[in-house]
Amino acid sequence: MGRRVLVTGADTFWGGRVIQALENDPSFEVILGLGEHDPSVPFERAEFVRADQTYSILHRLVRATRVDTIVHTFLVSDSSTVSSRALHEINVIGTMNLLAAAGAPGSTVTTVVVKSSTKIYGSSPRDPYTFTEESTRSGPATTMVERSILEAEALIADFAEDNPNRSVATLRFANVLGGGLTTPITRNLSRAFCPVLIGFDPLLQFVEANDVVRALEHATRNELNGVYNVAGAGRLPWSEIISIAGSRPMPMPSVHHRLLMRPLSAAGIYELPGELADLLRFGRGVDSSKISQTGFAFRFTSAGAVEAFAQQARLESSTGRPPSSYRYEHDVEQFFRHSPAVMERG
Amino acid sequence: MDEPVRTMAKEYSAELVPLPGVGPAPEPLEDPRRSDVDEWGRSERTRAVFRTLYEPVYSKWFRVEWDGFDKIPAEGGGLLVANHAGAIPSDAPLIMHGIESRLGRPVYGLADYFFRSVPFVGTLWSRSGGVAARPENAARLLGDQGQLALVFPEGEKGPSKSFADRYRLRRFGRGGFIEIAMRSGVPVIPLAVIGSEEAMPVLFRMPAVAKILGTPYFPVTANLLAMGPLGLVVPFPAKIKISVLDPITFNVEPGLERYPRSLVLEESERVRGLIQEQVFEMLKVRRSVWFG
Repeated sequence: MGRRVLVTGADTFWGGRVIQALENDPSFEVILGLGEHDPSVPFERAEFVRADQTYSILHRLVRATRVDTIVHTFLVSDSSTVSSRALHEINVIGTMNLLAAAGAPGSTVTTVVVKSSTKIYGSSPRDPYTFTEESTRSGPATTMVERSILEAEALIADFAEDNPNRSVATLRFANVLGGGLTTPITRNLSRAFCPVLIGFDPLLQFVEANDVVRALEHATRNELNGVYNVAGAGRLPWSEIISIAGSRPMPMPSVHHRLLMRPLSAAGIYELPGELADLLRFGRGVDSSKISQTGFAFRFTSAGAVEAFAQQARLESSTGRPPSSYRYEHDVEQFFRHSPAVMERG
Repeated sequence: MDEPVRTMAKEYSAELVPLPGVGPAPEPLEDPRRSDVDEWGRSERTRAVFRTLYEPVYSKWFRVEWDGFDKIPAEGGGLLVANHAGAIPSDAPLIMHGIESRLGRPVYGLADYFFRSVPFVGTLWSRSGGVAARPENAARLLGDQGQLALVFPEGEKGPSKSFADRYRLRRFGRGGFIEIAMRSGVPVIPLAVIGSEEAMPVLFRMPAVAKILGTPYFPVTANLLAMGPLGLVVPFPAKIKISVLDPITFNVEPGLERYPRSLVLEESERVRGLIQEQVFEMLKVRRSVWFG
C-alpha cells in the first residue's frame, strides 16, 4: 500500500512546492494539503483542506484519513511576514497541536518531518564558527522568531523522545535563496544598494530553494530520524555575496542600528529584522555532513545558490516578473477530483 | 485485492526514479567565488599582503631568531603554545609570520572572541588568520583539518601584567588547551619567546579607562610615554628570540567528550613549567635586550 501524507502550510511557498514534488512519486498514494488560504500553486492530485493556523481540526483529520506521514513545512522563520503574536500561534501552538494529533492514541502516524531553521542557533561572537546538530546556542534567544523556533523544536524533541517507535526528522535549513522566494535577505540583495554594517563582513551560508524541497522529500521518503542541518557547502563573506548579486554596499551604522534603521524600515526603504542584524555582524555556519551521509546530494553550494539567485534576478529585471497565473477555485478542483464525468485523473 | 497492487508496482519499477518537481539538474555553474575567504574567515591573499608589509618588521625591527625550528611539523595538526607578553603583543604576528614564510603552511591564531565584536578590527583579525578560541573551533581546525594553531593559554593576563612581573608566566587558564590537543589528537608544541616584554613594557594599568572603552585592559606603556599616541602601535626594537621545545604527545584516546581534570591540569602545569624554565634559560645567556 502506498503512503498517505499530510503536508501543512499547503498555501505557502514551501508547502505547495513539497506537495508538487511528492505528487510526482506514485508511492505517495494520498497527499493532503492543509492550509488557511487558497493554495498558490496548482495541485495534480493532492487534496486541499482548509484549516486555521493552529490546526485545531488536525486531530479529527488524522483519525479520519489514517495518514502515516506528516510533513510540517509551516514553521515561520521570517519575522517580516507575520506579527509576533501570529508567529507564536503558528510556530508553537500549531506545532503543539500537530504533535498532539500525531501522538494521540490510535494515531496511524509513523513519520513526522519538520522544516525548521538554523536561526535556532542564533548569531553571536561567542558562537563556534561551525554549528553541528549537537551544538547549543551561545546565549538566550534574542528575537521572537528564534524564541518560537526554540520552543517548537523543544516540543518536537520531547515528542521524539516519547515516541521512539515513530521516526521524527527535524531539518534545520540555512538562509534560503531561490526563484520566487522573497525574504528580507533577498529583498535587500535585489536593491541597487544593500545594507552593510560598518566594519563587519560576516560569513554566511545558503541553501537553494530546490535543495530545500529535495531535502524535505528525501527525509519523507527515507523516513529519516533525528536532527539535520541543511546548508550548501562553503560559506562566503557578505561583501562577496553583494558583489555576486550585482548590488553595491550601503554602509549602515553598526551600533544603535536598530534605532537608526527604524525610520528607514518604516518608510519601507530598508529592513533589518533583529535576527538579520545579528547575522550581518557575526554570520553563521553549519555542518551539513550528517544529512549528506544519509545519501542526500546537494545541487547547489552556498556560492552557487547566490549565483543562481543573481541569474534569476537578472532575468527578472529583463523580462519583468511572470504574472501569477494560478488561482485556486474550490469548485473546479473538486470537480476534477471527484466528478464521475472526469475520465482521467491527474 | 493483492493482484492489482503488484502490477502497479511492476509498472512503475520500469520507470526512472521520479524526480521531484524541480526539473533536471542545472548545468554546473562557473565557480562564482570572487574572494578566497575560507570558513574561518581567513584570506590567503590578505595574509600574503600582510606578510609582505610585515617582513621588514620581522627581520629588520625585531631581528627574530628561531631555535629548534625543525621541531615544528611540516604537515598534520599541531597546537603551538607560547608565553604572551607586551601590552599590545607582537608575539602572535611574529610567530605566525615566521612559520608561514618558512614552512609555507598557514598558522591560525586562537584568541578571545572579544575581537569578533569589534568593528574593522574583528574583520581584519579574522581575514589575517584569527579564530575565536572555542573548543569546537579548535577541534575542527586541528583534528578534522590538520592545521597549525597558535594559542596563548595565559590569555589577557599575559600582556596585561606589569613590567615588574616580566617573564613570570601567569596561570595557564583552566588547561583548556590541553583538552583541545587531547580531543583533537594533536601534539602540543611549546614555544618560549623572549624580547616581547621589553618591546612594549606595561608601567601601570588604568581599569577605569578600560571600562569606558570596553577593552579587557588599558595599559600605560613606556612606549606611550616616549612616543605619545604613536606608542600605541610602535613597539621598541627589542631582539626577539623564539625557542621551540620538543613536541608533547598525549597517550590518551582522542575524540572523548571529557578528560580527567587532574590529568589535564597536571599536563597544563607541566607545559607551563617547561616554557617558564626555557624562558629563564634564554634570559641567562642574553647579554643585551636590543642585540640578543
